Amino acid sequence: MSPISRGFRRRHTVPEGAADRVPPGQYVTDGFPVLSAGPTPHTPLTEWTFSIRQGTGTLKSWTWQEFQELPAETVTADIHCVTRWSKLDTEWRGVAVSTLLDQVEHDAGYVMAFSDGGYTTNLPLADVTGGRAWVAYNYGGGPLASEHGGPARLLVPHLYFWKSAKWVRGLELMDKDQPGFWENYGYHMYGDPWREQRYQGD
Amino acid sequence: MRTIALDVPAWPGHRAGQHLDVRLTAEDGYSAERSYSIASAAGEPVAITVQRLDDGEVSPYLTDELRVGDELELRGPVGGYFVWEQADGGPLFLVGGGSGIVPLRSILRQRDRTGSDAAVRLLYSARTRSDLIYRDELARHRDGVEIIDTLTRERPDDGWTGYTRRVDRALLAETAWPAGKAGKQPLAFVCGPTSFVETVAAGLVALGYDPGRVKTERFGGTGGR
Repeated sequence: MSPISRGFRRRHTVPEGAADRVPPGQYVTDGFPVLSAGPTPHTPLTEWTFSIRQGTGTLKSWTWQEFQELPAETVTADIHCVTRWSKLDTEWRGVAVSTLLDQVEHDAGYVMAFSDGGYTTNLPLADVTGGRAWVAYNYGGGPLASEHGGPARLLVPHLYFWKSAKWVRGLELMDKDQPGFWENYGYHMYGDPWREQRYQGD
Repeated sequence: MRTIALDVPAWPGHRAGQHLDVRLTAEDGYSAERSYSIASAAGEPVAITVQRLDDGEVSPYLTDELRVGDELELRGPVGGYFVWEQADGGPLFLVGGGSGIVPLRSILRQRDRTGSDAAVRLLYSARTRSDLIYRDELARHRDGVEIIDTLTRERPDDGWTGYTRRVDRALLAETAWPAGKAGKQPLAFVCGPTSFVETVAAGLVALGYDPGRVKTERFGGTGGR
């Protein structure tokens, strides 16, 4: 039983009609906070590639130009950060991860997204396919800013936003689930905001 | 800002730089939870320093209402990335903006407690002199530790020996440890509002710091739209 905090009461209000869109423990922000582990990397687009890797091999790779030519979708989503802010109706444009994975033959059950700067995060295959994940390069109608993960980041809105790896450069196919960067530091392996899976053991 | 000392039975211990989560519960069952950096070193009693945000949900309660003897629900410690231990060595360049000083103070206390001889420079940026915290503690002399203050909205004219400008690349070039060669690189910990951290981290990389040795922790800030 949680102790009652003497004299404490709610101050924030949830935007009208939005209560069922805000997972437990979250608050709604109009801003777009930036959190990161380390400096913002900057890879020139002439050097940028996105790769699907397995073991020591690269199964498929796209240059920025090739990536821009892939079919893209506009996505409107609510996003939820483990630090407890949520932002509703964010607008993105990018390539569905399914579109990318459909171009390789595999039977992997999990992926490890990897990014410039060394960041990684793990996801089950089912959570990056079926219309649940994109590699996004536009945000709010314009190119994705580097602070927010540009030139491209993973976008997986149904999980806590640390799974939406900024500066993403590819997916490593895996048979077993392995912890990525934050998961190694105690954050949850899956990260469902609706079950408040912030830390290991939740 | 208010430093709150906590008596936590069965606290598992913490490392300098970690944080903990505080949950408040109202009588109607409404609860809110937020993270706060631990201000004390490993082995010391748990303490947090909370900055009051005017539109905050939890911080105003902790700074205005909480009294000695009150019960708080905590979870932690949390985090393992923005952490320093004696074995990590130095030289250390700690850069804090505003309340970003809190985990850096715990790192400095950790250095004191363990008797580490890692060389430290702490660059502390605040708006005005009255916004600087831990004054007496930071003013104490320590061999191998240099504290550099800068104020961004005040220019005291009574013997102030610190800087009076924003932390930018030029100020970093004057105050940071030189980048050195691979294998002997300094370790930087940068903490504060997001734009401050962005400027400092980018500045250190531009000065030759290995990005993998620039650890960042960003507090609040809205990062635009």
